[in-house]
Amino acid sequence: MEPLTWTGALSVLNPVFLAVVALLAVAVVAQIVTSFFGTEVDVVGDQLVVKKTPNMLAGQAVKWSFAGVVLLTLVYLVGGILMPGHVNKGILGTMATRFLPVWIALAVTFALSITFKRRLGLYGKLFDSVVGMLGFGIVMFWVFTSVFGAMDFIVTHEPLAQVSGMKNKVPGTPSPEGRDIYPYYLLGGDNLARDVFSRMIKGSWEVIKIAPFATLFAFMVGITLGLPAAYYGGKLDTFLTFLANLILAFPVILLFYLLVTPEIVQTGIPVYMAAVLFIFPIIFMVILINSRFYVQPNKRNIYLTITLVIGLWLYAGIAWNADPFGIIEFPPNLLVVFVSVVFVNSPTVFRIVRGIALDIKTRDYVAAGQTRGEGAWYIMLWEILPNARGPLIVDFCLRIGYTTILLGTLGFFGLGLSPESPDWGSTINDGRKLLSIYPHPALAPALSLMSLVLGLNLLADGLREESLRD
Amino acid sequence: MGTFIFRRLGVMILTALCLTFIVFFLTNLYPNLEKLAKTQGNQRMSDEAVTSYLSKNGHLQPLPVKYGQWLGVLPGFTYTDEETGKVTGRCIDVGVAPEDAPSFCGILQGDWGYSTVFKADAGGIVATRLGLTGKLMFWVMVLMVPSALIIGVLAGMREGSKLDRSLSTFSIASTATPEYVSGVIFITLLASSAGVKLFKGTATSAADNATFENFFLPVLTIALYGVGYIARMTRASMTEVMTAQYIRTARLKGVSFRNIVLKHALRNALIAPFTVIMLQFPWLLNGVVIVETLFNYKGFGWTLVQAAGNNDIDMLLACSVVAVFVVLVTQLISDIGYVFLNPRIRIA
Repeated sequence: MEPLTWTGALSVLNPVFLAVVALLAVAVVAQIVTSFFGTEVDVVGDQLVVKKTPNMLAGQAVKWSFAGVVLLTLVYLVGGILMPGHVNKGILGTMATRFLPVWIALAVTFALSITFKRRLGLYGKLFDSVVGMLGFGIVMFWVFTSVFGAMDFIVTHEPLAQVSGMKNKVPGTPSPEGRDIYPYYLLGGDNLARDVFSRMIKGSWEVIKIAPFATLFAFMVGITLGLPAAYYGGKLDTFLTFLANLILAFPVILLFYLLVTPEIVQTGIPVYMAAVLFIFPIIFMVILINSRFYVQPNKRNIYLTITLVIGLWLYAGIAWNADPFGIIEFPPNLLVVFVSVVFVNSPTVFRIVRGIALDIKTRDYVAAGQTRGEGAWYIMLWEILPNARGPLIVDFCLRIGYTTILLGTLGFFGLGLSPESPDWGSTINDGRKLLSIYPHPALAPALSLMSLVLGLNLLADGLREESLRD
Repeated sequence: MGTFIFRRLGVMILTALCLTFIVFFLTNLYPNLEKLAKTQGNQRMSDEAVTSYLSKNGHLQPLPVKYGQWLGVLPGFTYTDEETGKVTGRCIDVGVAPEDAPSFCGILQGDWGYSTVFKADAGGIVATRLGLTGKLMFWVMVLMVPSALIIGVLAGMREGSKLDRSLSTFSIASTATPEYVSGVIFITLLASSAGVKLFKGTATSAADNATFENFFLPVLTIALYGVGYIARMTRASMTEVMTAQYIRTARLKGVSFRNIVLKHALRNALIAPFTVIMLQFPWLLNGVVIVETLFNYKGFGWTLVQAAGNNDIDMLLACSVVAVFVVLVTQLISDIGYVFLNPRIRIA
């Protein structure tokens, strides 16, 4: 069989696409350069009219060429999906077809969200900003991809299957005939003759299943310690701040190298750290509920029991790997990665929460709460925290991105996750040895990681813009 | 100001002691020591042999004692062989009579220990490697700081303009690209057979003879990740200054925009980025480790990775002392510099 070309039958569009991209680049540069010159004003009759400047012309050019790029990209994707046969589709078209479930899910999400955006609070407002929508789109693309990938929808090959003769083959190479496998390696093969495309998809699941949860745990730790540090101040504050600065002064990579080694796992230190760090979410939830329903003991007791049972069950399963029912299990090498990422992130969250709480503490409504006789924890969790949510949500998005980078770093140094794990960092690490001869095995995960983090940053930017607006 | 610096120094020393103790504890865990014994002796050592090796070399003393010896505040460990009566010890080098050897030998005495990977004195290796990394860092700073400040100031002087939009997008993109991603992309595009072969994909030769061809890519890779962050901070600070009352007064007086930016706004807008640039050092350290590994440039970061990967305890400790020192000193400088630059802050 013939190897696939990138764009298949749509290759006729390639010169047009290149021309439009070049035009966009020129227009952007022109716009930046011309923006240094001011505008001039003409008097027409009794009105002031701004003269047409080269800057406006460049602005128009940027707008139209950008629209052209978006349109052509859509043509490539939709055309690729509609085109019959692999050869006509090309690599991009075939990939677009493989991603079909993701497109559908994205379309449904966006349609629903935009329809009901006025009723969805801050999330709905996100759909007022182009940047926010773009970021949300990219993030959701990877979320859906990872979930569908984990359910074996998008992948074309087994991520660990080695097919002889496919070692380091370029993207679009047909796999050997006569085998009952997908006929092409869409993004080529890596140095162990595994399919790069499938590994990239499977790798997204490794990231999506760890990064948000690790960030969430770090937030729970940071909030539980940061609020009292700011609220009570004094010795507690000094001590906790010193501790946070201590961890922050540690070079991250050194910490990873010390914490994420098989020898450390042997000594059980990660388990103890997990035992300490993972108790914080339970403490957080318990205090949250206790302070809210303190005056309604019946309700409080019910809620507390439910939280404690579920919380301690999860705690036993995740931290100690001692789930009495045997449902939850956490592989030790995943645990050590999880713990170290939470450990590195929580001091920063602590500092942010402390900073915001120090500011909010001085507000009148806090004083009013104190005069009403509200408890300290009620004020912290139900007066201060909700008012700190804006910056915290924004930072949460940024921090997921940062956690993704950290996970990639761990993988890049071959720490923690198993060597054949398809996660992006490990794949980049595998590919980097032959980078100057066969760049494609490392390039695919690198670009994926970049796009996910970029999406999260844009999402955070959009959220910041929208939350500042009210 | 004097007491402020004094207090900061005190906290700094305490932090340094705590951090080195943590590193010391983590590197001296029993499995690590066992691995050390097996790499120094042979792989199939029995458990008793491991124990006897470790006790002969003083690894089985209590942790605080070992830490004191390493630091140089406790006399070094000595071991007298019961059969031959020969005295060996931490401070007794090969070929030196036990009575001539000093009784204290630790970091404070300038004895950094012996690297088992590089087969040399750890202190000397750290010094040479740091020199190489210093060269890298210097060029990173030369590239990163001016470009970040220019981008930030240009973006921040007219908030919301097209220029601001494009530059902000660039800085977001650059903060979203970790070194191991941008490094891979640069090598693919500029140093591989698939792209243009303008540069070299490795910087090993740059250690002796740094040229534009072999040194530019690693410098660019580290700088790019930092540029975005510093530029965003500069932009935020610049936009804040540009909305200040005194800028409005200057505009109303009829000062040209160019002069407002250069003479009135710039100085105040650069206070915050100074702190950020200083605090960027610890992150640069990360970047250095990644980039030196990726480009195979045998500097400090590369040494750290080698030491950590091969369980070279003394070397790893030396590296962490340096790393912690760099981080703490930059924090101190940023604190003092902030007070110095911003006369509104007075610390008694």
